[in-house]
Amino acid sequence: MHKVDAKHDPADGAEAQQMQTHGTTGQPIIVDGAIVQDTWQLINDDQVPEQGAVIVPLSVWLKQRDALRARAEPVGVWIAPDEEVEALAADVASLPLIAVDFPTFIDGRGFSTARLLKDRYAFTGELRAIGDVFKDTMFYLKRCGFTAFAVRADKDIHEALKGLNDFSEVYQGATDQPLPLFRRRASVA
Amino acid sequence: MYVYDDYDQAIVDQRVAQFRDQTTRYLAGALTDDEFRPLRLQNGLYIQRHAPMLRVAIPYGHLRSDQVRMLASIARRFDHGYGHFTTRQNIQYNWPKLEDVPQILADLATVQMHAVQTSGNCVRNTTSDQFAGVAHDEVLDPRPWCEIIRQWSTFHPEFAHLPRKFKIAVSGSLEDRAATWVHDIGLHVIRNAAGEVGFKVAVGGGLGRTPIIGAVIREFLPTVDLLSYLDAILRVYNRYGRRDNKYKARIKILVKAMTPAAFAAKVEAEWAHHKDGPTKLTQAEIDRVAAHFVAPAYETLPAEDAAFAAEKAQNKAFARWVERNVFKHKQPGYAAVTLSLKPHGKPPGDATDAQLDAVADLADRYSFGEVRVSHEQNLILADVRQSDLLAVWEAAKALGFATPNIGLLTDIICCPGGDFCSLANAKSIPIAEAIQQKFDDLDYLFDLGDLDINISGCMNACGHHHVGHIGILGVDKSGSEWYQVSLGGRQGEQAALGKVIGPSFAQDDMPEVIGQIIDVFVENRQPGETFIEAYGRLGIDPFKRAVYKKVVAHA
Repeated sequence: MHKVDAKHDPADGAEAQQMQTHGTTGQPIIVDGAIVQDTWQLINDDQVPEQGAVIVPLSVWLKQRDALRARAEPVGVWIAPDEEVEALAADVASLPLIAVDFPTFIDGRGFSTARLLKDRYAFTGELRAIGDVFKDTMFYLKRCGFTAFAVRADKDIHEALKGLNDFSEVYQGATDQPLPLFRRRASVA
Repeated sequence: MYVYDDYDQAIVDQRVAQFRDQTTRYLAGALTDDEFRPLRLQNGLYIQRHAPMLRVAIPYGHLRSDQVRMLASIARRFDHGYGHFTTRQNIQYNWPKLEDVPQILADLATVQMHAVQTSGNCVRNTTSDQFAGVAHDEVLDPRPWCEIIRQWSTFHPEFAHLPRKFKIAVSGSLEDRAATWVHDIGLHVIRNAAGEVGFKVAVGGGLGRTPIIGAVIREFLPTVDLLSYLDAILRVYNRYGRRDNKYKARIKILVKAMTPAAFAAKVEAEWAHHKDGPTKLTQAEIDRVAAHFVAPAYETLPAEDAAFAAEKAQNKAFARWVERNVFKHKQPGYAAVTLSLKPHGKPPGDATDAQLDAVADLADRYSFGEVRVSHEQNLILADVRQSDLLAVWEAAKALGFATPNIGLLTDIICCPGGDFCSLANAKSIPIAEAIQQKFDDLDYLFDLGDLDINISGCMNACGHHHVGHIGILGVDKSGSEWYQVSLGGRQGEQAALGKVIGPSFAQDDMPEVIGQIIDVFVENRQPGETFIEAYGRLGIDPFKRAVYKKVVAHA
């Protein structure tokens, strides 16, 4: 799990503008294809601050659900690779943000977690990849339904943004494009 | 053979650009070793003893002659003039430079080839019967399904980082020539009682440290459901396969732990959610892909060519080659020829650039411009007229590809071993060479008949030692190389795993140990009995007694 630190990254004019529209301080993050400033605070234990939008561990959410729901500011939940997304099924419709942790990018369980959230439980909020996220993981993450990418602080976020477009065409259906190429190939041939 | 359209080409070209960028960033220090490793492995690039090793995909073992010439050209320009065909129908280069790999991939892309997912913890190259489409005993052609699976598995985003590697094999014949029972998924294309085409699905087979024969989890899967069902199997594996110990991470361990019945139930439950979604295959797509695998323009010929029959009758060496290296074709007057890459005393599966160019020429002249690779590491000309067999034999002899040993003791399956592979505990190629030299008498080899010797240099079992009639496994004992021998393994429909005969042997003793095992067979066999049949009747004890009677050095 990567700790969020509140360091401000120098940004060019265009990004500064985007950041203003998204409010508070935080790390730059990719949301819906643009680099913006993160407005959420990631929490690693059960010490949830009173103020601010927070993303709490699934275990904390399950224990403190009612108290967290009563909070004035938004609460999101993050899921570890070995946690079953089924535990969150009843809450998916009401959550504004769900994050999936990749402690290391070679642990691909989070891909299935994401696809189940989107495809089976119809999650419509922000689906965020956190942890070991960098350019070479972006395309697969996008295909599995992630819309937000907390790129590792030591990696180049502008490079990472380009990784979303490594391929212009794909064979199999997935969350971002449910129709396999064979269903589209016929129509354009 | 499948031919790329603009979509297929764009995907492969973009992969080359992606890997070029990754290599540049690695060399510039923007990617660490740990980050680059999984990325390069998914492009078939290992860092080996001497240099990087690049494994190039040969989907289900099919090549056109222009592709074979490109493989030759790469061997010449970027390697030491040869390539090594593997037990999964791919080719490996042992000497490329890391800096050259993006260019090699770009060159491969010009002939519709790539190194996508030839290593790493992802879905690997789908393999099949080397005689697919031409075999006399074929029920249904497995190749369209292999290509459909290839496309589905290529950059599948959900299954890009599985617990471990994942291998699928497809067979459509009575005899299983694709080792389907020792694959993560083995698919058998079948027709059910109602005459519909579908698949029998086996999962959890595998060799390696924990050899297991696959378990059938579905007797009949309709063809349109192929990809959605594969998605369900892979999703269950991706979520629940072990990731804490790489030796327990293959799907076979999960299937065994859950039991095949419980695993099947989990897959069915997962599948029920999406089986009628957009991944369901369309008849239009099945037809589109199948159209690439129609029979070539065969001539109408008599079942047996008279001149061919006459030559066989009077030319013993030719007849011997025909007996071992020519396979019965479903089209009258045609035959499938296996070019042996197992000349006695040479590394099994190796071919030089000149040999590859010559094979491409033979393919153009005699076999509709196509070549195949078998998992036994030989090359096949699948559509040769019987009347051309004599000429092909003469040409193959000149190339050193006519050793008439297919299926015989010296047709050894062998991994690269400790000479090349950084995983190996022991060398394997010198063992194969020493055995081939000991059994160099062709008359004796023919008399011994069908006999599979498989050699692996370590537990990873790339040489499939568990399913060799005689299996040899290299082991490391306090820094020196020893060899463990097992008997009774077999591949195919009656797949079985060999039993270890006892303590392991030193390298120099191996030819003699094999000789003692063969002697027991020769002394005890009944008329017409093969080695594996005799072993089944005799059991392991007489072999054990013979081998350990005169105690050569063993540890």
